[in-house]
Amino acid sequence: MSAVYKFKPYNVGRWVIWSLFALVLICAPLVFTSNLSTTMLAQMGIAIIACLSYNMLLGQGGMLSFGHAVYTGLGSYMAMHALNAVSAGQLGIPVSLLPLVGGVAGMGFAVLLGYVTTKKAGTPFAMITMGVAELVFAMSLMFSEFFGGEAGVSGNRVAGESFMGITFGPQVQIYYLIAAYTFVCVALMYAFTQTPLGRMLNAVRDNPERVEFIGYNTQRVRYFAFIIAGFFAGIAGGLGALNFEIVTAEVVGAARSGAYLLFTFLGGATFFFGPILGAILMIIAFVLLSELTKAWLLYLGLVFLFMVMYAPGGIASLIMMNLRVAKFGKLRQIWTSYLGLGLTAIVMLAGAGAMIEMVYHLQLNSALGDTVKFMGVALNAKGVDSWFGCAFVMLTGLGLFELTRRQYMLEWGEIQTEIEKEIKRRETAV
Amino acid sequence: MSAYALELKDLRKNFGKTEIIRGVNLAVQAGERVAVIGPNGAGKSTLFNLISGRFGPTSGEIVLNGQRIDHKKPYEINRMGLSRSFQITNIFPKLSVFENLRCAVLWSLGYKYTFLKFLSGLKDANERAEQLMEMIRLEKKRDTLAMNLTYAEQRALEIGITIAGGADVILLDEPTAGMSKSETSRFIHLIKEVTVGKTLLTVEHDMGVVFGLADKIAVVVYGEVIAFDTPEAVRANAKVQEAYLGSSVADSQAGGH
Repeated sequence: MSAVYKFKPYNVGRWVIWSLFALVLICAPLVFTSNLSTTMLAQMGIAIIACLSYNMLLGQGGMLSFGHAVYTGLGSYMAMHALNAVSAGQLGIPVSLLPLVGGVAGMGFAVLLGYVTTKKAGTPFAMITMGVAELVFAMSLMFSEFFGGEAGVSGNRVAGESFMGITFGPQVQIYYLIAAYTFVCVALMYAFTQTPLGRMLNAVRDNPERVEFIGYNTQRVRYFAFIIAGFFAGIAGGLGALNFEIVTAEVVGAARSGAYLLFTFLGGATFFFGPILGAILMIIAFVLLSELTKAWLLYLGLVFLFMVMYAPGGIASLIMMNLRVAKFGKLRQIWTSYLGLGLTAIVMLAGAGAMIEMVYHLQLNSALGDTVKFMGVALNAKGVDSWFGCAFVMLTGLGLFELTRRQYMLEWGEIQTEIEKEIKRRETAV
Repeated sequence: MSAYALELKDLRKNFGKTEIIRGVNLAVQAGERVAVIGPNGAGKSTLFNLISGRFGPTSGEIVLNGQRIDHKKPYEINRMGLSRSFQITNIFPKLSVFENLRCAVLWSLGYKYTFLKFLSGLKDANERAEQLMEMIRLEKKRDTLAMNLTYAEQRALEIGITIAGGADVILLDEPTAGMSKSETSRFIHLIKEVTVGKTLLTVEHDMGVVFGLADKIAVVVYGEVIAFDTPEAVRANAKVQEAYLGSSVADSQAGGH
């Protein structure tokens, strides 16, 4: 036999990427030193684990779950109760291992609830996850001993014996705990994609019927993947409990589940690293955008809408498509178009944004007067001229954007054909 | 223990009140190549769907190597050594040719649902997948996504996935459907090659192909097997000629093949 499979024990490129990832995790709080940024970095780590675990279902298994927060949330609660038990001296495990309690809890609930959920695929699967999520949220209002009612359950993460002076009291210490978990969990979840179960999960996503005829029970494949996703979700939840030191019922709520779905999709479900980008965006949106404007959910909805319509592969696929163009040395042909697209988009968004802000101002803050400050310009929310001006800016931007976009699409198409030709040429040359 | 590789005993299937399969009896010996022929709508594909577990029969028995398999799930039947292909190409479009084949060998090599081993380290699975790729002549398309293959290549991959698990009973549902004459003859050669020593049932329309490939022919008309014999005997069978073959047999003989 001529073609013996060549097993490469390690791959240099891969080592570089993982080392860089570790380096970023270590250096981030040294570069962004403010309190706010450390808090945000910690939240990003948690969101990365949560979104990647969600993508095990969505991107790798084709399972559209509307209830992933059930597993992160219940993980949070269990970790919080364990933390309080540690504080009370009833439980003798170090605080650094409490996220694993969350993980085991997430896994346990996935074993229990996932058995029903993964009986079906496709739309019925989505419906069942929604039902389960509603069920758990309703229970959170009923069982206030466990869920803490309105106030939630709080705790103090400085508990048990400290190890070498590490108490996890200071934010930066909890950040490094989260960073360590993030690194290990991301590595494990990536490793999962390279295992038989991980690959069969892709097969089940693409063609479940055929999988049944090569010896695999598709329900089992989905169920096992669901349990593993539940484990990582629970770890994210446990880290969240330590980070915030309070867990309220909203952590199992539909809004949280929706956020995982939305940002995993935005980041890009078809590539492993997509949800990492999504998770980072999620925290930026939740923490910064929500401070900046009251209309942030509206902007988020718009972004989501346009992504679904024009870039269903998310940001990750946009990056990968342009990397391919760059690899064939053709990015130079197109970068002026990107510049044009960017500038015209800014003009268009400035106009639209100003109008949205004026509407919000009239609805919510009209008692404060008619003046709205937007990008350094004072606008009169009741003045015809500001409305007219904003509309003019937006429409001009829109028109120019559309013109640039058409030009860009032509260039893009040409480049793709050239690349296809080049690939064919190389194939025949070999 | 039955001497047959596959045995159908008074097999029946109704969809609503319509009887599609109306008491089929068939006994296929190990290593036999059987062509299942019959007019459109006779129930050939339904028969394959019953045997492979896609549907459960209304009544009757299906016995594979001495064990009942009716009312078993497709994956259970597959694990017991029966594998099938589909009339409409049924592969994993977003996976590469190599990944398609590797997925298809995993269960038979005992890897089941494991997530504690890396695929790249499964020497036997990787070697088997490479070997299959050579058998179906797709070694040059190793990393091409299945959806980017030509139609004929996809049909070859379909066969590759079907034989990958090493099943000893193979069902091929119109393997050459939609292929040109020259592609068909090359493809039949391939099928013969990769199913050496196996029990083969295949639905086929091209009579030239049928007479060249099969040890035995089963003629299915209106949900019943009206004849099951060697090609020569089937050709001479008056009932068959009347019901179905007639002109097409004459054609294939006139063609000199």
